Amino acid sequence: MITHEEICSVHSMTEAEKYRVLEQVMDDYDRKENNLIQILHMAQAIFGYLPAEVQSFIAEKMDIPNSKVNSVLTFYSFFSTKPKGKYTVGICLGTACYVRGGKDVVNKLKEVLGCDVGETTDDKIFSLQVMRCIGACGLAPAMTINDKVYKQVNPNKLHRILGMLK
Amino acid sequence: MSLVTLSINDKTIQAEEGTTIFEAAKQNNILIPHFCYLENVHQMGSCRICVVEVDGARNLMASCVTEVREGMVVHTNTSKVRKVRKVLYELILSDHPKNCLGCHRNQNCELQDLGEQIQIDGFRFEGVKSKDIVDSTSASIVRDSSKCILCRRCVTVCNEIQGVGVMNAHHRGFATFIGPSEDESLGHSICTNCGQCIVVCPVGALKEKDSTQLVWDALLDKSKTVIVQTAPAVRVALGEKFGFEPGTLVTGKMATSLRELGFNYVFDTNFAADLTILEEGSEFLKRVTETFTTAEPAVLPMITSCSPGWIKYVEHQYPNHLGHLSSCKSPHMMLGALIKTYFAEKINIDPKDIFVVSVMPCTAKKFEITRPEMESNGVRDVDAVLTTRELARMIKDAGIDFAQLPDSEFDSPLGLSSGAADIFGTTGGVMEAAIRTVYELVTGRELPMEALHVQPLVGLKQVKTADLKIENPVEAYSFLDGVTVKVAVTSGLKGASKLMEEIRLGTSPYHFIEVMGCPGGCISGGGQPRPVDDSVRMKRMQAIYREDEGKQLRKSHQNKDVMALYKDFLGHPLGHLSHELLHTTYVKRDKN
Ligand code: SF4
Ligand code: SF4
Ligand code: SF4
Ligand code: FES
Repeated sequence: MITHEEICSVHSMTEAEKYRVLEQVMDDYDRKENNLIQILHMAQAIFGYLPAEVQSFIAEKMDIPNSKVNSVLTFYSFFSTKPKGKYTVGICLGTACYVRGGKDVVNKLKEVLGCDVGETTDDKIFSLQVMRCIGACGLAPAMTINDKVYKQVNPNKLHRILGMLK
Repeated sequence: MSLVTLSINDKTIQAEEGTTIFEAAKQNNILIPHFCYLENVHQMGSCRICVVEVDGARNLMASCVTEVREGMVVHTNTSKVRKVRKVLYELILSDHPKNCLGCHRNQNCELQDLGEQIQIDGFRFEGVKSKDIVDSTSASIVRDSSKCILCRRCVTVCNEIQGVGVMNAHHRGFATFIGPSEDESLGHSICTNCGQCIVVCPVGALKEKDSTQLVWDALLDKSKTVIVQTAPAVRVALGEKFGFEPGTLVTGKMATSLRELGFNYVFDTNFAADLTILEEGSEFLKRVTETFTTAEPAVLPMITSCSPGWIKYVEHQYPNHLGHLSSCKSPHMMLGALIKTYFAEKINIDPKDIFVVSVMPCTAKKFEITRPEMESNGVRDVDAVLTTRELARMIKDAGIDFAQLPDSEFDSPLGLSSGAADIFGTTGGVMEAAIRTVYELVTGRELPMEALHVQPLVGLKQVKTADLKIENPVEAYSFLDGVTVKVAVTSGLKGASKLMEEIRLGTSPYHFIEVMGCPGGCISGGGQPRPVDDSVRMKRMQAIYREDEGKQLRKSHQNKDVMALYKDFLGHPLGHLSHELLHTTYVKRDKN
């Protein structure tokens, strides 16, 4: 069984190889509809995002309608149908973070990055997304950049945090 | 089943275990206001309008999904319940366009009905409006998501009842919309155009693609001869739009109203249903003969092809098994082709100046007439399809007092039909009609069944089957002596997929299968008046059998006008002209 780590460790696959690995993943999960979320998770690791072609490939191979695949993946903010930048900046807008200023952070980020939620900057460095509660309510408002969590984010310090990454 | 005792509004009642509070209340004449719940179809608790207070429970409960328990104490009308119900209704309205006067569901809308029940003073919440995607890419269905109130009935119907899976919820929160996937439109999806989603939609979010304007234009165009035909299931449902009880037969009034609308000839699709039996029956006998007498067995079971929703379904889902389909066009397409050839010649009018309108219980037929195969000598077989609902709208628009109209007859020569044609409108009918004729052809005797009904094929069961043992056949079919012919009938696409799976696995025991795309058959097609439930289906079905039994002529092969058509024009069933005008081909489509 191919693991998520293994996939993430491979960086240069041709498109054909990617689809082959994805098929292997679907086999590992018996092509069962119950396992769709795990399969989508792996597919996103392989392709970086889940464009329409990948969705219909999965639908066809698992013998379920396109619309069902799309329904599941658009429900979870974790999945993206557009290519992602090098860094994915995620703002939590769960209740606690929302109340403690998460919305201001989002607005400031849109201004600083010059892109909307769900989009990627022109230089393909940053993608911006909002998340429902990530379980870090004690640190509200919380922000993630790739796997790292930033706590009690101050909108005025965003420039500095992002600048350090560039 | 054991009984549970509980109290609702201080009344002690008993209900069967497993019943919901909503149902138990209804059985005791308490009608809890509700919205998304639809009997036998959708019970998901999406709207929560049906909330009630249950003693001991911390929150209000949605009564349509909460089962009764022993000793439960329920109140359906406390001030808390009423307040919450009001707020829920106001929230549904907060992102709704509320432009009722410009909406096709005005006065026939479940959201309006709910408003009448709940009574609010004004709109306290104005929310972000929902996505206003209007998708008119489909030839059959228009989807306006601004009106959608996310009840998800269509999702249940499309996935669970039809087994197609085009309608699903995407995204969440205010961004939620119901439809095919984001990158797809209905017209480019695996949608079968069955229209079952339209029938259950409580509001104006799903509707048939309008053809009334097209038909008005043709009627007013002096250079056109406009000819209409009506399907068997229209006459048992049209009356509902004019205050008649479900199951009232309005055949005669319908014919009169069509003349008053200005149609030059009023023909009956039933004529072509009789013709279908001759063509399809002959095709079946040909396949059987090949299978039993030659070294090259034909493809069996043969499956009926009158339901265009079913056809598109099978083209997408089983593209490698299209050989099972009868090559017959659906009856209204046959009649269209004959009007523009046989009849055009008779009245000496250029087929290009004839405009054929089919009034159908069906939305899939709107798509069917656009199929490239459906033309003869370069002219389209049928120019427009009106649903039963659309015809009712036109009659009202024209100021025709339908209820008071006198009866009249269909025009000749494409208006005469047997009772066998009438029953095409209900599940099991095409098969029974075929059996009446085929049995007689094979044995030389009348079908030995009471009132000519094949009883196991009657009713709303999803899959029905019958065995017919052939004894003492006529000379030409002596090879069938002692053979048991096995037939199956299904309606609704979920049932069809069960029978198709058997075919795919090579285990299907049947020789002949009837499939109708809509549950119950055309009587509850996607173009029929709302609401439709099993009791409405049964009433319409009984009306169909009444129409059949009321006729002298009960068998398709005894229709003298059909026989004259063969003698004067077509030659014989499956002949060269039949092949050109009455038969068709199918295309393999993608599964996604
Ligand atoms: S769907 Fe019903 S409530 Fe909404 S605009 Fe149409 S008629 Fe009015
Ligand atoms: S028309 Fe039939 S197949 Fe198409 S979306 Fe509606 S229910 Fe599904
Ligand atoms: S389209 Fe109609 S049936 Fe479907 S969820 Fe919306 S309101 Fe309900
Ligand atoms: S009617 Fe019960 S939740 Fe909608």
